[in-house]
Amino acid sequence: MSRSAPKGLPWPPKEGPWGQAGGGRRDAAARDRGDLRGFPRRPAPSARANTALLSTSKLVKVYRADGVAVEAVRGVDIEVAIGEFVAIMGPSGSGKSTLLHVLGGLEPATSGEIWLRGQRVDGLSTAGWAILRRRHVGFVFQFFNLLSNMTVADNVELPALLAGATSRQARKRREELLDELGIADKAGAAPARLSGGEQQRVALARALANEPSLLLADEPTGNLDSSNTRDVLRLLRRAHDRGQTILMVTHDARVASLADRVINLFDGMVADDTKIVPIPRGVNGVRDVLELRG
Amino acid sequence: MRQSLLALLAKEPAHGYELKLALEQTFGQAYPSPNIGQVYVTLKRLEQDGLVRSQDVEQTTRRNKRVYELTPAGREALNAWVDEPSDGPRIRDEFFIKLVLAPMAGLADRMALMNKQRRHYLGLMRRLTELQADTDPADTAARLLIEGAVLHLQADLDWLERCQEELV
Repeated sequence: MSRSAPKGLPWPPKEGPWGQAGGGRRDAAARDRGDLRGFPRRPAPSARANTALLSTSKLVKVYRADGVAVEAVRGVDIEVAIGEFVAIMGPSGSGKSTLLHVLGGLEPATSGEIWLRGQRVDGLSTAGWAILRRRHVGFVFQFFNLLSNMTVADNVELPALLAGATSRQARKRREELLDELGIADKAGAAPARLSGGEQQRVALARALANEPSLLLADEPTGNLDSSNTRDVLRLLRRAHDRGQTILMVTHDARVASLADRVINLFDGMVADDTKIVPIPRGVNGVRDVLELRG
Repeated sequence: MRQSLLALLAKEPAHGYELKLALEQTFGQAYPSPNIGQVYVTLKRLEQDGLVRSQDVEQTTRRNKRVYELTPAGREALNAWVDEPSDGPRIRDEFFIKLVLAPMAGLADRMALMNKQRRHYLGLMRRLTELQADTDPADTAARLLIEGAVLHLQADLDWLERCQEELV
């Protein structure tokens, strides 16, 4: 499967404070070329920061609910490489949504470290997170969370405008995205007039508008019927094939099976972390699961 | 396969190879049809049981072919089969026995067993989703069959999660 970096628009700025480890794939390639020419490997400040797009160390999130402390995330160490598609599964209450929210800065971590693009981000202020998210993190939620008083087009253009794109750039990007997601004809509609599947596609377009380094998705198909689920999956898969790094919480094994890797959470801790190894496609079809009699 | 062949023959008489092709066309790659040997053996047994009868049809350029048709007894058996409600799938889960008994005997850790099983299910699920992506949307029978398998597998995974909640 060939994966090329997404075509870049002038925004968000790929250099600057976040740019160092961002092009990890390219950095790695450059390092390898350096080695071939006999140059010494560039010393890395920390192996973790350089190879992973996202990593955590001993991450903990404790809630206070009615004066009672609830340990939702209890010491999670994970790493997500650039271009990887990782699914987080686990029973309800296992802490998977909380983990995703903490990783996207929607809720502060209680302790531990979060590194994104080589920068430590767990100590960022709310405003710092907002800027980071605008440029580098796209979010897709179960209930779409579109702005109901704006058109589909405005919902998708807004993040690009906030990140400094000109209105022309934002419009162009919106047109590309809606076209690609098959909802170009809905640009002028209000979100409420769309089906759930269409709304989720708009949400996906909005999340991808700034070509984020990381796409975080929280049960993106949790509220969709099976045919819309298939469509949204196809779109996530396509984004991934183009190099989009995705971290997705899901309950649905169909969805999880598309990922490269599945992390299983249990009781706020990582119970299993494994690459998906597709069972080889023999001549068996569905026979391993369903046996037809008659 | 007995009933499948009877059902196909209820439509029109056919020879063994035509029946195999008809099964293939109906279920697509989702459910590969039995090999031709199995088809012939089944037809022979159906004939012995009086449910089908056959005759050789002469062909000018090739060797004769044996064409099968349904007997009245065959049609009756087929009707009875269609009429009666089918059993739902039964849980014949070897894994569950392992999960319950192996840790008792100190043979394995439950969490490790469940993780291994989940990996296997996810691998199967991946194959099914790929099969689904490769299946022509117009091929309704194949599409529904894959969807059925996917839903069964999803139930297995949900059950695994319940086991995890209760047993660990």
